[in-house]
Amino acid sequence: MYVAVKGGEKAIANAHRLLADRRRGDRSLPGLTIAQLIGQLGLAVDRVMAEASLYDQSLAALALKQARGDMIEAIFLLRAYRTTLPRFGASVPLETGRMQVERRVSATYKDLPGGQLLGPTFDYTHRLLDPDLLNETAEVEEPARRDGEAEAVMRVSDILDREGLIEPDGEMPEDHVPGDLTREPMEFPMPRDLRLQALARGDEGFLLALGYSTQRGYGRTHPFVGEIRMGLVEVEFEVPELGLTLSLGEIRITECQMVNQFKGSAKAPPQFTRGYGLVFGQSERKAMSMSLVDRALRTGEFGEDVVAPAQDEEFVISHCDNVQATGFVEHLKLPHYVDFQAELDLVRRMRARHKPAEETTEHEEAAE
Amino acid sequence: MSAPHTEPVTAPESAGEAELAAYNFAYLDEQTKRMIRRAILKAIAIPGYQVPFASREMPMPYGWGTGGVQVTAAIIGPEDVLKVIDQGADDTTNAVSIRAFFQKVAAVRATTHTADATIIQTRHRIPEHTLKEGQVLVYQVPIPEPLRFLEPRETETRKMHALEEYGLMHVKLYEDIARHGRIATTYAYPVKVHGRYVMDPSPTPKFDNPKMHRSEALQLFGAGREKRIYAVPPHTDVVSLDFEDHPFEVQQFDRPCALCGATHVYLDEVVLDDRGGRMFVCSDTDYCETRQAEGHVGEMLATSEREAAE
Repeated sequence: MYVAVKGGEKAIANAHRLLADRRRGDRSLPGLTIAQLIGQLGLAVDRVMAEASLYDQSLAALALKQARGDMIEAIFLLRAYRTTLPRFGASVPLETGRMQVERRVSATYKDLPGGQLLGPTFDYTHRLLDPDLLNETAEVEEPARRDGEAEAVMRVSDILDREGLIEPDGEMPEDHVPGDLTREPMEFPMPRDLRLQALARGDEGFLLALGYSTQRGYGRTHPFVGEIRMGLVEVEFEVPELGLTLSLGEIRITECQMVNQFKGSAKAPPQFTRGYGLVFGQSERKAMSMSLVDRALRTGEFGEDVVAPAQDEEFVISHCDNVQATGFVEHLKLPHYVDFQAELDLVRRMRARHKPAEETTEHEEAAE
Repeated sequence: MSAPHTEPVTAPESAGEAELAAYNFAYLDEQTKRMIRRAILKAIAIPGYQVPFASREMPMPYGWGTGGVQVTAAIIGPEDVLKVIDQGADDTTNAVSIRAFFQKVAAVRATTHTADATIIQTRHRIPEHTLKEGQVLVYQVPIPEPLRFLEPRETETRKMHALEEYGLMHVKLYEDIARHGRIATTYAYPVKVHGRYVMDPSPTPKFDNPKMHRSEALQLFGAGREKRIYAVPPHTDVVSLDFEDHPFEVQQFDRPCALCGATHVYLDEVVLDDRGGRMFVCSDTDYCETRQAEGHVGEMLATSEREAAE
């Protein structure tokens, strides 16, 4: 007999109770602390901050814990909090040239002012599982430090720029107010600042795949890593009422400047072109992917044809947001029975009409 | 819609040392609400036109009603009475969740009775009970662009709307007829609003399209992920696209509701067993329950009551 589908409220409450239980896991083990997450799963915390566009390690770690380690869910949690925060204004542009560099590598020069600095990288580690980590048995050494004055670490793009070999940094008009696609409706075509914002909060995996596709021939850009740098930069805020610029503190970011080939045209002499990537925290993969996709999206600017997915602004920007994507893909599990009923009805009617038609054809064939 | 007030209603727990801010009445801050109301006013002024708005990240997933929730949050006041339905029912999980959200962040009165509600947020259905002046129907819209599946580019479709270039849509409907002998669109059936814009009525079955025509209620459509709001003001013409020789027609059910005996309503098919047993019941649960309370008895209800009596 038909039982009315009641009790949604109770079912939801019970489901959430079970979820809380699964999140906590074995009660005999201590719960994870926020400090542990920040300290020991720092790159996960970084990714949550980057794709949620909110630099707050504690809240990102909280989101990660609450989401049971599901990155996109954690990003979603943090974004839903970010959206309620008031906006006081925009910071002064970050001066990444004055970064306290923890890592800086260039693939275009063997040596350069400031040197090559590997920093905390997985590169050149052998990916062998380390049994020592099972019980934290082995003592972890203190890192080696270099004493003395830090050398100024000039940007590789500045070296090229001095000779005019690379296009200048994009200039915005004096009165340009930086766009914010979390506050303004999106419109295509997009100015580059908004596009970069979209990429900076875009899904790492999606951008990685798109960047990869440009390397495999779907919109080649002949990229070189001019430079990747990661470290702390100061965030400054101009207070017009006080007529001064205040330091708000330091954040860790990863910046990638990709140097790409460009043949030049009748109008412009040959110059290298730029692709730019900037990400909260330490994430080279994301910064590199972003700069590949940024350059690919500038196809139109250089009068090249849009032939590959990575060059297609509407396609890339409309689909790079993982919170939007996951929501819409997963909404398919919501009930759709009203619409399905409509389709059922149509298919039944069409089949009913089809059957006699088939029979007549057979009959006619037999007669022939 | 009554005057909004700005008292914070809930304070979420603090995270370590960091104090999280309290949420405003109906979750969104007043500035955001004003922005959304401006978009709504523009939408009402240009019936059927999709107004871009700066959709916010909401605490529920995109595709789960964030557009409708933002519209509701922007227009709701403490005096409002809210009804939330999904698939026509008040008790589907997502409807329950959205209703609970507004009860929590806006502390408004909720109802399941269509006639008592001032704001009705819906997904996939229009209530059977005719809406009256003063009521607002808020639709959750997944893809606001009726031309999207004919032309994936927003830059193109906006041009097509601007030029009233709807030939592609008519060709699509014609091709349906050529291929299937009838128009094979059963839900999200395109309509022309006020003789100008072709509009997606959201994925409601086309059965509900005639209810939109010259409705006394204000109809608002929110698409959060796609960042669009559109509207049909009261008493506006909403005409389903068709051809002279293939006029628009709605689904017909060849039996009444098994619980309340209603005819000319949209029915859900319920599978009873694995031997092909089916029953058809009202998709609008409030309508069905009201009729049952009034003493209308459908075929299956009669049997079960008789069984109970025995």
